[in-house]
Amino acid sequence: MNNLKPMRCIGASLFAALMGLLFLAGFVSGASAQDTPDAGPKPSLVVKPMESHIDNITGHAANAKSDYRRYCAGCHGDYGDANGENAVWLDPKPRNFTLATFKCRSTLTGTLPTDEDLYNTLVRGIVNSNMPVWNTFTKQQRADLVAYIKIFSPRWEKEKAGEPIKIPAEPPVTIDSIAHGKALFTKLECWKCHGPHGEGDGPSASTLTDSQDNPIRPYNFALGKNDSRFKCGSTNQDIYKIFMTGVDGTPMPSFADVIQPNDAWDLVHFLRTLQIHRHGKENEVLMSAHGVIPPYVDKNPAPAAAPADNKAPGGGQ
Amino acid sequence: MRRKPILIALLTLLAGSSLMFAGTVSGKVTYTGTPAHQKAIDMSKEPSCAKQHATPISTETVVTGANNALENVVVYISAGAPDEGQVPTQAITYTQKGCQYLPHVLPMHVNQEFEILNDDQTSHNIHPLPKVNIEWNKSQPPGSPPIKEKYDKAEFIEVKCNIHPWMHGYFAVLKTSHYDVSKEGGDFKLPNLPPGKYTLTAWHEKYGTQTADVTITGNETKDVNFTFKATAY
Repeated sequence: MNNLKPMRCIGASLFAALMGLLFLAGFVSGASAQDTPDAGPKPSLVVKPMESHIDNITGHAANAKSDYRRYCAGCHGDYGDANGENAVWLDPKPRNFTLATFKCRSTLTGTLPTDEDLYNTLVRGIVNSNMPVWNTFTKQQRADLVAYIKIFSPRWEKEKAGEPIKIPAEPPVTIDSIAHGKALFTKLECWKCHGPHGEGDGPSASTLTDSQDNPIRPYNFALGKNDSRFKCGSTNQDIYKIFMTGVDGTPMPSFADVIQPNDAWDLVHFLRTLQIHRHGKENEVLMSAHGVIPPYVDKNPAPAAAPADNKAPGGGQ
Repeated sequence: MRRKPILIALLTLLAGSSLMFAGTVSGKVTYTGTPAHQKAIDMSKEPSCAKQHATPISTETVVTGANNALENVVVYISAGAPDEGQVPTQAITYTQKGCQYLPHVLPMHVNQEFEILNDDQTSHNIHPLPKVNIEWNKSQPPGSPPIKEKYDKAEFIEVKCNIHPWMHGYFAVLKTSHYDVSKEGGDFKLPNLPPGKYTLTAWHEKYGTQTADVTITGNETKDVNFTFKATAY
């Protein structure tokens, strides 16, 4: 019996080691599955060899390491998890790159943005937020940073970026296109959040939260001056993209499945008239119609619900 | 051609035998303690929905019945399920009616297609908030076609309509089709289980999960009951 003891000991220690390994394996997979700040020292960051392609420039993640740490990590965090030391002070909160959910895309809701989409966000900055315009960087530096953002989520290795939506050529602005846009604004109930005059004061506005449960305000079209911008750009094409692709991670949904391309342009024309301080062709057309948007007459009427209360949008001035 | 009748005979035999050995797990979900008070929902901002409810409906975070029954608990086979990866082909539906999600909790198999319908005269936006699956957010005005989607990872996903902040529901994306949602009286039933050892999990959106092991040996019905500890807040 005594002879068996060492064997048993070895067996027991082997068993213990195996259990330990199993426990560790469980711990590691569990830790990667959820965000656990302050759960001990963070693992060292692996800079995966991600790339970006902007025109003829190829960005490399490895080259953006110091730029990211110097200029981005303060808000977005060393690990891209939006846990930078400034993050607590910011509203809206910085993007959490580990989720790979991006607001400004030319691609459908739920898909990854294109390299150009991310690049343009660096070029443009995000109005009404703490994300500045990064025009201090060279084109190459920005391309490298776009590649660097991709190291934080495995989605970039498994999925391709979405296909950019097709935007038809913009038809001319007419009082009819503005009138149709206004009818769509009513029918699609944009006003429930953005308010009947686009002032961000619709009946649901005060209840809105983003996907991280932070309060968020709908865009106020009327507030800006002549050069007013949107979060995701300032051109008519940008507005088209915003409501067609949705602003992922926020209450703003995608309307790609419910608005026809040409109808979408009419909506863009009407939205421009909500920017009452802007000097543009839409407001010029409206002025020459004496500031009155005529009621839209549907040539192919379909049974649709009219707003049941008196909060229908006014528009115009 | 001659093989066809034999094949059919074999198949019926197989189906017959599997039915013969099909076990069932059934039981009740109840609670102890005091569940949170559910508030009446004020839908006055959406008259087309408000008029569909003779008496205002309440929030559905905790739905209880007589004898401490707890409803809307998803009971499913979390380990040992014989059908992992067997994606059902029939689509299931999630309906928005009277500014309410019907059902409140929609269980589905991973990769199973489901359809979202808008039966209301108002626009909804369907905004599920997954953590491991991919997040999307789509508008669905009245009269639009169903939105068809699926999820490729198991997860309990909160569903919101941002336009109508009282609208709350859940998708339960599971690796099995052996599931049920506790109904009035807290009853659930998982039929057609071949002999085997199973782990049963009961999930409630507010009170978390509970598990129980059960072994099916043949044509039998096993009773498994779950009791959740209710908290007032």
